[in-house]
Amino acid sequence: MNVKDLVQLIDGHLLNPSANLDREIKGGCGADLMSDVLASIQPEAVLLTGLCNPQVIRTSMMADVAAIIIVRGKNIPKETVDLAIQEDIALISSPFGMFELAGRLYKAGLPSLESPVGDGICDCGE
Amino acid sequence: MANPNRSFTDQEAENITRVEELTYELKVEEVMTRDPFFVIPESKMNDLLELFRKNRISGTPVVVNHQLVGIVSIEDLIRCLQSNDLSSPVSKYMSTKLLTTRSTDPVIEALKLFVSSHYGRLPVLDEQGQLAGIITKGDITSGILKALQHDYQEEEIRRYRASHLFEDIVSDRSSLILRYNIKQGDFIHGGSASSAIKKALLRLGASPQIARRTSIAIYEAEMNLIIHTTQGGIIRVEIEPQQISINITDEGPGIEDVELAMRPGFSTATETVRELGFGAGMGLVNIQRCVDSMRLESVYGKGTNLRLKINLLEEESVGESSTPQKER
Repeated sequence: MNVKDLVQLIDGHLLNPSANLDREIKGGCGADLMSDVLASIQPEAVLLTGLCNPQVIRTSMMADVAAIIIVRGKNIPKETVDLAIQEDIALISSPFGMFELAGRLYKAGLPSLESPVGDGICDCGE
Repeated sequence: MANPNRSFTDQEAENITRVEELTYELKVEEVMTRDPFFVIPESKMNDLLELFRKNRISGTPVVVNHQLVGIVSIEDLIRCLQSNDLSSPVSKYMSTKLLTTRSTDPVIEALKLFVSSHYGRLPVLDEQGQLAGIITKGDITSGILKALQHDYQEEEIRRYRASHLFEDIVSDRSSLILRYNIKQGDFIHGGSASSAIKKALLRLGASPQIARRTSIAIYEAEMNLIIHTTQGGIIRVEIEPQQISINITDEGPGIEDVELAMRPGFSTATETVRELGFGAGMGLVNIQRCVDSMRLESVYGKGTNLRLKINLLEEESVGESSTPQKER
């Protein structure tokens, strides 16, 4: 799936039309905590997030994110859009929520590119 | 064809390609054919046929004393052949309705004439109005291709030079040091230092994995300086062929309990910081996961020093792990 297919699939609006529409997307990751993104995302994923400050773009740049979807069509600050243009990462807003979007992408064949929490960090049980 | 005098919107400006830019940057004289073949009005059509055939051209200017008086093309020659009239002079068949372009015009002006006239070639005149050359659509295409290739080569050379920096400079121990001053509370620019470091590493020839690990670690530390310090701090990155050493220092407030700070999920961040997507208590854990060694020293009330190392020699580097590395 490339950025162009992705925009169609989610009724999205591409905020930086100068972005490369042919860039291939290998999977997905969804998170609102940037440290979670940095800790878990593998390269060339689409990032689903509810945050829309410039740090989303910075995080994506460090983590080799292929495209960003801002969930629930929020008003995205100009600094964020400007930075997306500068770093050339597709920034898409979609009217849908995180669950709906993750479902649509998964159904369309995008695997999860979130690595699970490693031993010794997880505080769940044991 | 777009009117160059009209002002562009920001949106349009972003969409202008390098090729479009080049049609305004390149001058006609940079892409035209200089000293083209020409004939005089008295030349015989028979000689013109020979000239076209030998040189595989399909049109030529007609000149008297360096002044352009007409243009004659293969279509004119065909008309002449149909009337079996090869012994007539060129002046009988040449076209005198002339469209010309100036050598100092941008290529876009010639392109506009090609589009509006459907002519295959245009004579180019110099400032004195004398014939300076001839331009075809093919000349424009190859001129632009050459310019694009030149752009590409320059970038390649810059990349090559950077990636061979350490081989080109001879010393017992070479290193490149990058320093960044980070301001406390500057969320808008948060990450710009890490982003610059990532680009520098890639330009120096680091693998995408190394650039990613290094910049993620530094980004977390950069955000820590912005979020937690009283006066910001300094990031110092020393790049050597075998390792990257990162030193991040600040002058306060210091960490009260380093062991507690290292615990996944522990955070002292405010609600505002959490709204920005940080302060989940994963920063230091994340840093440790990305580097080959990490040393955190802090004196409460004085300041903090974080030292990180990433090995560049394959056998020593552990890569990005899902569990933190043991401290060395």
